[in-house]
Amino acid sequence: MSDAQKYWQANIRLVIGCLIVWFAVSFGAGILFVHQLNTITILGGYPLGFWFAQQGSIYTFVALIFFYAWRMNSLDRKFNVHED
Amino acid sequence: MTNLQMWTYAVVGATFALYIFIAIKARASTTGEFYVAGKGVHPVLNGMATGADWMSAASFISMAGLIAFKGYDASVYLMGWTGGYCLLAMLLAPYLRKYGKFTVPEFIGDRFYSQTARVVAVICLIVASLTYVIGQMKGIGVAFSRFLEIPFNYGLFLGMGIVFIYAVLGGMKGVTYTQIAQYCVLIFAYTVPAIFISLQLTGVALPQLGLGSMMSDGSGMFLLDKMDKTLTDLGFAAYTTQKGSTLNMFLLTMSLMIGTAGLPHVITRFFTVPKVRDARSSAGWALVFIAILYTTAPSVGAMARLNLINTIQADSIAPDTTHNLKIDELPAWFTNWEKTGLLKYEDKNGDGRIQYVGKNYTGTDASGKVIENEMIKVDRDIMVLANPEIAQLPNWVIALVAAGGIAAALSTAAGLLLAISSAISHDIVKGIIAKNIDDKTELMAGRIAMAGAIGVAGYLGLHPPGFAAQVVALAFGLAASSIFPALMMGIFAKRVNNTGAVCGMLAGLGTTLVYIFWFKGWLFIPGTAMAADNASNWLLGISPGSFGAVGAMINFAVALSISSVTAPPPEHIQHLVEDIRVPMGAGGAVDH
Repeated sequence: MSDAQKYWQANIRLVIGCLIVWFAVSFGAGILFVHQLNTITILGGYPLGFWFAQQGSIYTFVALIFFYAWRMNSLDRKFNVHED
Repeated sequence: MTNLQMWTYAVVGATFALYIFIAIKARASTTGEFYVAGKGVHPVLNGMATGADWMSAASFISMAGLIAFKGYDASVYLMGWTGGYCLLAMLLAPYLRKYGKFTVPEFIGDRFYSQTARVVAVICLIVASLTYVIGQMKGIGVAFSRFLEIPFNYGLFLGMGIVFIYAVLGGMKGVTYTQIAQYCVLIFAYTVPAIFISLQLTGVALPQLGLGSMMSDGSGMFLLDKMDKTLTDLGFAAYTTQKGSTLNMFLLTMSLMIGTAGLPHVITRFFTVPKVRDARSSAGWALVFIAILYTTAPSVGAMARLNLINTIQADSIAPDTTHNLKIDELPAWFTNWEKTGLLKYEDKNGDGRIQYVGKNYTGTDASGKVIENEMIKVDRDIMVLANPEIAQLPNWVIALVAAGGIAAALSTAAGLLLAISSAISHDIVKGIIAKNIDDKTELMAGRIAMAGAIGVAGYLGLHPPGFAAQVVALAFGLAASSIFPALMMGIFAKRVNNTGAVCGMLAGLGTTLVYIFWFKGWLFIPGTAMAADNASNWLLGISPGSFGAVGAMINFAVALSISSVTAPPPEHIQHLVEDIRVPMGAGGAVDH
């Protein structure tokens, strides 16, 4: 397999990993499992599912993008396809 | 002139002076500067500009109100309008930046080597952006007419005039730097009242934590528990529990996310940064700046609603109404907002006091009659606009809200108008009608298109079509079902060819439009709906606003299957796709 293909595959793996987390915190914790999670409370009086839906998912999204950017930048260097 | 009006004129006037100052400083002299600010915007600053670009009058004025009245169910907007940035950062922005051209339809046209694809994209872009602009115009008008007490249309002309100066002169360059200033104004205006109110109700300064904290009124209850109890005692639906169907919430969130990532005025912002890696981090910064407002909004919504109820019901939720707000002792904000039509009451039982209760309330008065709700209109926009007044905050804080609302509306309007004018001058004039015009002529065409777009938007703001409130679903539906899938496949599916892409876009777009029009009327003309717009008629309980995600799936399925049975894209297109997948060489793609 050529380096370009390996780079692209590593990229796809990273994106899929990030999108699994993206899905889990919003659609998972915030919508599909909200009732189950609401039986737990955090940070004082936040039901956990409600917190994910209105706060936690957003914080995770921010962290995910910076994680992705950091990993991609190192992939760029590893495969020598970075700019300048 | 009252003290509040003086403050409002001072604050709004100062922000306007700042915007004009920036307009004069940041003039565009080439098409590169006009369309993409010369691709020289720092990623953090671009993130800030994207925040202002994205957060519209709806985010600033209406979203907290939506949350206040829908509680948990409004989480779809919070997740949907932020989660899209993950898709943008990982699936679109870096690659489109690498491609290095000026507009979204240009990429679609080149990648699918098809003028038809480009034209479809231009039409989606213009319809989605124009429908969005109408809402901004309304926001500007409301802010002016209430806070400065000048007529709606004067406010609109003033707002349009300001946008005209910096958008026509500076194009993307002027818009970017004013958006950065507007972000600062709007975020300050949003968070300051939120901190005040969080302190009042819970003693915790950070609204994000205040929402989960104990009430400071000595009741020993958590704010959210108090909210649930107050609302259910008064016959409203509980705050933290789910009311809508799970499938519909799921699809609405998905549609909003995909739609966000596919809205051209947001995507274009990532064309302005110097490097591919800047596009990645800039999306993160954009979301940081957006998250500051979006994580504050749930607190503003809940706390403002609790304050409103307590003001009217005076903490008495028993059938005893003798503590309720007296009609001849209404606070000044109440009568002021009543004048705008956003608040309305009717003393149905003639007791000289107002009762604010929900549909399920069964409490009775002294004569044994069930108490009826007397707040016959509480517009959700009140929750942000009147919030500082309800909480009796100082006048300078109230003045800030006016300036913030106007900044949010102006910054989004400018971004949308720029997307429209670039599509006209670059994709239609330069791309199709007059391919040989030079840079200077195209720049002039861009300025004329911008002036024209401002004129059309102003007209629509003065004469809003009756369906103005319905069209948000349309904007997101268009972006989600046509633009996002086309862009994503253009990058990730090398095999997708012109026929597949065009059929996919038309299929996604067509089904979404038909589904929306089926319940909302053909072209939103009243009386032409094929079925009443309610959950029992919807296909599997999917609301028209949630259908964009389904349209996107149809687009993907059609494009991929048709492409697999037709000829693969030509060699040079496959090379193009390989080229945009690696960051190296982005700098040379377009001269600065």
